Amino acid sequence: MNHRGYESVIGIEVHVQLKTVSKMFSGDSTTFEAEDNRNTSPITMGMPGTLPVVNKKAIEFSVKTGLALGCQIRPSSVFARKNYFYPDLPKGYQISQYDQPICEHGELTFTVDGREKTVSITRAHMEEDAGKSTHYGDYTLINYNRAGIPLLEVVSGPDMSSPQEAAEYGRTIRQIVRYLGVCDGNLEEGSLRCDCNVSVRKIGVKTLGTKVEIKNINSFRFIEKAIEFEIERQIDLVERGEKIIQETRLYDPDKNKTFSMRTKEDAQDYRYFPDPDQLPVLVAAEDLERWKSEIPELPRARCRRYVEQNGLPESDANVLTAEKEVADFFEETAKYCGNYKAASNWIMTEILRSLNESGKTVTESPVSPHHLGEMIVLIEKGTISGKIGKTVFAEMWATGKDPQTVIREKNLVQISDSSSILKIVEDVLATNPGQVADYKGGRTKLFGFFVGAVMKASKGQANPDLVNQILKEKLG
Amino acid sequence: MNPLQMSLSEMAEGVRQQKLSSRDLVEFYRGRIQKFDKEINSFISLNEEAGAEASRIDEAVKSGRSNGRLLGVPIGIKDLLCTKGLATTAGSKILSNFIPPYDCTVVSRLKEEGAIVLGKLNLDEFAMGSSNETSYFGVCRNPWNKAYVPGGSSGGSAAAVAMGLAPATIGTDTGGSIRQPASFCGVVGFKPTYGRVSRYGIVAYASSLDQAGPMTRSVADAALLSEVISGQDPLDQTTTQRKVPTWQSQLKADLKGLKVGVLKEFVTDSLHADVKKTVNAGIEALCEAGAEIVEVSVPLTKFAVPVYYLIAASEASSNLARYDGVKYGHRAEFSSLSGLDLETFYSKTRGEGFGDEVKRRIMLGTYCLSSGYFDQYYTKACQVRRLIKNEYDSAFAKCDVIVSPVTTTPAFKIGERVSDPLQMYMNDLFTTSTNLAGLPGISVPFGFSVDRLPIGVQLTGAPFAEQSLLNCASALEVAANLKGVVPYES
Repeated sequence: MNHRGYESVIGIEVHVQLKTVSKMFSGDSTTFEAEDNRNTSPITMGMPGTLPVVNKKAIEFSVKTGLALGCQIRPSSVFARKNYFYPDLPKGYQISQYDQPICEHGELTFTVDGREKTVSITRAHMEEDAGKSTHYGDYTLINYNRAGIPLLEVVSGPDMSSPQEAAEYGRTIRQIVRYLGVCDGNLEEGSLRCDCNVSVRKIGVKTLGTKVEIKNINSFRFIEKAIEFEIERQIDLVERGEKIIQETRLYDPDKNKTFSMRTKEDAQDYRYFPDPDQLPVLVAAEDLERWKSEIPELPRARCRRYVEQNGLPESDANVLTAEKEVADFFEETAKYCGNYKAASNWIMTEILRSLNESGKTVTESPVSPHHLGEMIVLIEKGTISGKIGKTVFAEMWATGKDPQTVIREKNLVQISDSSSILKIVEDVLATNPGQVADYKGGRTKLFGFFVGAVMKASKGQANPDLVNQILKEKLG
Repeated sequence: MNPLQMSLSEMAEGVRQQKLSSRDLVEFYRGRIQKFDKEINSFISLNEEAGAEASRIDEAVKSGRSNGRLLGVPIGIKDLLCTKGLATTAGSKILSNFIPPYDCTVVSRLKEEGAIVLGKLNLDEFAMGSSNETSYFGVCRNPWNKAYVPGGSSGGSAAAVAMGLAPATIGTDTGGSIRQPASFCGVVGFKPTYGRVSRYGIVAYASSLDQAGPMTRSVADAALLSEVISGQDPLDQTTTQRKVPTWQSQLKADLKGLKVGVLKEFVTDSLHADVKKTVNAGIEALCEAGAEIVEVSVPLTKFAVPVYYLIAASEASSNLARYDGVKYGHRAEFSSLSGLDLETFYSKTRGEGFGDEVKRRIMLGTYCLSSGYFDQYYTKACQVRRLIKNEYDSAFAKCDVIVSPVTTTPAFKIGERVSDPLQMYMNDLFTTSTNLAGLPGISVPFGFSVDRLPIGVQLTGAPFAEQSLLNCASALEVAANLKGVVPYES
């Protein structure tokens, strides 16, 4: 993408917090809500002689994520120690992976502005999180609950060239880890963290410019804005003949600016070496096969299937596949009623709107896919009209009852017998002689008025097709 | 019955049959500690609950609940092993106020068998030393001659057994820290194969080399204690899942069918004449016990000391980073923490908390792991380590057990080598390669120098072949016939 004769080069590191019950190397709980410094056994606190024992679930989640990102999985990967001093790092080193990460050489394809974009995944490695420091003026408090929580750091190649691509890359990663059920993808709580590496160069130049890392961005919209700001800032610097400093910057969403956190000169020598407390992480072939088979159909494939096999518009398919649970809900509904388009319409409108209004997630929907499908069938059979369907849906949402019960209790069955409708039509015509005369005198626009009156008199239950037909006959 | 002449099994059996009480055993050893430890300084702290714990065991015996291979037996623990509720200092100022809320696996296993923790034993700071002179709690003295060092780093563990202040103790061995002080003090010191004994809860010095083991009056006691503390531990990934054999009951001093390799490299210029004489006598004894003697060679052992120091120091520099005054342990005094920069906080705390030898190794290790030097030092050392292991594998294709000296000289005088770290390090010539290759090793008392200082013979075994090793040790023990030869009046 061209910015004032420059192009930007963007790479992203996503820290995916793995949704395991216990920490990466200890039995401590990972609950976010726990009271400060509760989930802190001697192992988490790095007490003398304590040792790490790797959490098998974290390996499974990492491998599944790697597979979903098209990575090669190392049959044997190695934990290494990253050494640095900081009060929220209990052992004085972070257990991470260095030259032998568990996942390598993958790629991710997604769509930006209607164009397909493929970004390479250099590697994804497991590591433990540090504690959380909170600075209050001249003192700092540390909560070690987060220390030792498993992370998978997914590192992209420097393959993105616009803020939009970067944000979409982040969204796609989030979507995938949520599909896999390995991370809840909550940026605000920090369960997904994105660090963006940004550099600029004049179009046509092949070498990379000096990169700047932007940390602590807690929404995808802010990723876009932070990178946008950073690209402009860097181009301004180059244009003024100034040097770009290799540094880490933070994004302040209130000011919409990035500011310097630390420069490369402060950069540490982490003295990585293999963790002698641990054996290599072995992924057995049978585990790999099982985990492969457990990976659900991913959003992109699912979206394509809805378009190609079920004839949905791409826009619908995108909305339905954004969240796995919504897509599951859709498929269950469609399978029940056999009508994909109708299921899509009801979910895209009534279900998503109602969820949105009530703040519920789709798994908490009071209307089950089964009930929704049943209602769609009732509409197709003519038991109720589409219009009555909305009334039935509202009642189902409010009470959780099935559509048959709602229709019976509220007496909403469509009137489809001609003699009953004829009687209502005759009553309506009899009570509106003036309008009948006008209609016959040529004001045929009044036909709609008669339809409305009949529908109203039947409390909306008259079959609209029959009403039309009988009215036409009666009015001549 | 004199508790100084009883085996651990006899003590446990005596307690079980109510022929003696655990309480009396504890009081007996506490009495001796009161009386004699002022002279040798082998204990850093005593377990004040030991008497009460012993009484509880005696009560349990009376009510018929009396299990455990170490029922009521008091054991001394090197102060590098975490003991729940008992200060664990690692011989350092930086942990001088640390009380662990957990037991290390070794201590839990001892307790499960009915053992009583008698107290915590002196050691070189963080097990870094060969003479016990780097301890923050003062040097421990050799019971045979108090002007001499007891060896290190498990100096307190060796001296206490030699002096009869504990029936047995636990030490740890990273580069010889069990075998060398055992040799200097005239006791049995056994380091099982790496992976046999859980390291969980043992203050780490060099994780890929550290291994705990017993220090005892006899080979049988060492075999029994090893059986108790060995075995897979879910808390330590590096422990082996192999079953622990019944080493003690299978002990035999008849070595028929066994091949003992004599290490060709053991005769060096620096080898003390008395040591040479003792080892040669040991070889003869093994031969007489039925072993076939063959010559083997592990030429790369000449690089074992530098390789050991590069690897151990590298791991130590990382292992000791956690002692930073933030969460536990010593913190330097500051008039106010407000606005204090982190660097000052760390450097003052760690600067005060660590002694010179520990600082020397942290700096050496940090240097080895630094970018630009990593391949040259750490990676290279790991490669040579692998080659040493390979050479041992070839040697063990020709023999079952290798015999060699433990150290080049008998115990040296306190203060004699403190100013020359290199000379001190070279003392580890024969012990470090065992750790680098992860092999089991034992030091068995076999004689004395002309100055009446004990000299041990070292045996090294193939991985997990502890039984052959212990059998050879047993043969040496029989031949040495040193039972009752002690540095105190008995």
